Amino acid sequence: MARLTNSPRFALDPMLPQRFVVERLWRETADTFTVKLEPVDKTADFAFAPGQFNMLYVFGVGEIPISISGDPADNTALLHTTRAVGTVTKAMSRLKPGDMLGLRGPFGSNWPVLEAGGHDIVLVTGGIGLAPLRPALYAILAQREKYGKVVLLYGARTPEDILYKKELARWRAHFDLEVHVTVDRATESWRGNVGVATTLIRRAPFDPQDAVAMICGPEVMMRFTTQELLRRGVDSSRIFVSLERNMKCAIGFCGHCQFGPQFVCKDGPVFALKRVEKLLNTWEV
Amino acid sequence: MYKQTIDELLVRHSFFAGLDPRVIELIAGCGLNEKFSAAGYLAREGQEADKFYLIRHGTVALELRAPGQGPLTIETLQEGDILGWSWLFSPHRWQFDAKALTLVRATAFDGVCLREKCEEDHDLGYEFMKRFAGIMIARLQATRLQLLDLYGTAD
Ligand SMILES: Cc1cc2nc3c(=O)[nH]c(=O)nc-3n(C[C@H](O)[C@H](O)[C@H](O)COP(=O)(O)OP(=O)(O)OC[C@H]3O[C@@H](n4cnc5c(N)ncnc54)[C@H](O)[C@@H]3O)c2cc1C
Ligand code: FES
Repeated sequence: MARLTNSPRFALDPMLPQRFVVERLWRETADTFTVKLEPVDKTADFAFAPGQFNMLYVFGVGEIPISISGDPADNTALLHTTRAVGTVTKAMSRLKPGDMLGLRGPFGSNWPVLEAGGHDIVLVTGGIGLAPLRPALYAILAQREKYGKVVLLYGARTPEDILYKKELARWRAHFDLEVHVTVDRATESWRGNVGVATTLIRRAPFDPQDAVAMICGPEVMMRFTTQELLRRGVDSSRIFVSLERNMKCAIGFCGHCQFGPQFVCKDGPVFALKRVEKLLNTWEV
Repeated sequence: MYKQTIDELLVRHSFFAGLDPRVIELIAGCGLNEKFSAAGYLAREGQEADKFYLIRHGTVALELRAPGQGPLTIETLQEGDILGWSWLFSPHRWQFDAKALTLVRATAFDGVCLREKCEEDHDLGYEFMKRFAGIMIARLQATRLQLLDLYGTAD
């Protein structure tokens, strides 16, 4: 199944950040926030394909790769959803409307949303992994009639850590979309599933002979998810994963993000499982 | 009528797939359909484990209690899932509470009766061990992943 690989569009020099203003920043969960950015240069085009990422530079702190989490059809809002884990992400979480950020991108390969037309779609994700998959979901739901069953299987740590709660409820109500959520631990008030995301695959309503699977989450979870999908009969050529590695240049020059023979920034982050299957099952590549 | 329904249920279920029809008949003979309303308990930690369940409808939460804390759900089971292996292993005590989150319909199998049959017929006992070991391995693997706290904070 062919995939598009887009090159950076709006920066003439892909190493030179463009200036963006924080229009709004809001909390999604206790440690996760979404930032809405606006280009200082109003003519800048920030078209992207689902699955691509930008390099965001918090001035004076550092630059990190963050996937674009908004609707690819909406060219009025450039969204990134980030979990505050360390120096740069925590500094980013403290930005206020009007503050400035540097941005390079978009970079990398994308989810095979167009190519998956005519198939059942199963999206499996955990934690912050829902953010890089959300643009794919927007694109699929915008042309819902082109797909068979669409199933989202999502694992979070606790009910309080579920991302985009309102949106998930709205999608479930308005579209023909099956959403199955599970959490690792819960108290009595939670009426939903408890257990790891991989346990949802067994009974999820999709045709394994026909489905295209897109997976995004911690690497251990993706390993077990791919095993479970293969066990259910999904062909490995129809399974796609999004990988993360530390990055510097994001354009295939520095080698920081090397994963075996591939560069995650240029050849990924979205890979067909076939290309990375062996490496995914090897520690510390 | 009842027995017939349980026979059919077992024949269709992957857990019992490939078992000799005589064994299916024997297991079905030890089965009884039960119903639990929401918040009712299918099992209580520490009590004698004298049965296992095949959940036919509804959701069951496996809960653990820790001093000073409310019950913590460690897993939920649904239609088609098998609940309970403590009946097969000494000291035959439930290791957790199993609470119905919704109306639950389940078939309960008499573990004491089946244990005796397993002692008499070790081939049957081996079949049971293999099948329940499969469930235990899957649950162990899932628990390991939960323990890794994959989506936890970096702090
Ligand atoms: C292609 C790509 C897309 C990405 N998209 C997103 C996204 O959409 N949203 C998002 O929140 N993150 C995303 N990331 C991860 C993000 O880039 C890192 O979390 C970020 O670089 C951490 O930088 P820091 O300076 O805050 O943390 P550091 O100071 O570098 O690290 C601090 C601590 O956090 C740990 N840490 C670092 N990265 C992670 C991580 N990813 N998960 C858990 N712990 C981590 C480190 O081990 C260390 O203990 C993406 C990464 C890649 C490669
Ligand atoms: S980040 Fe430099 S090669 Fe990928």
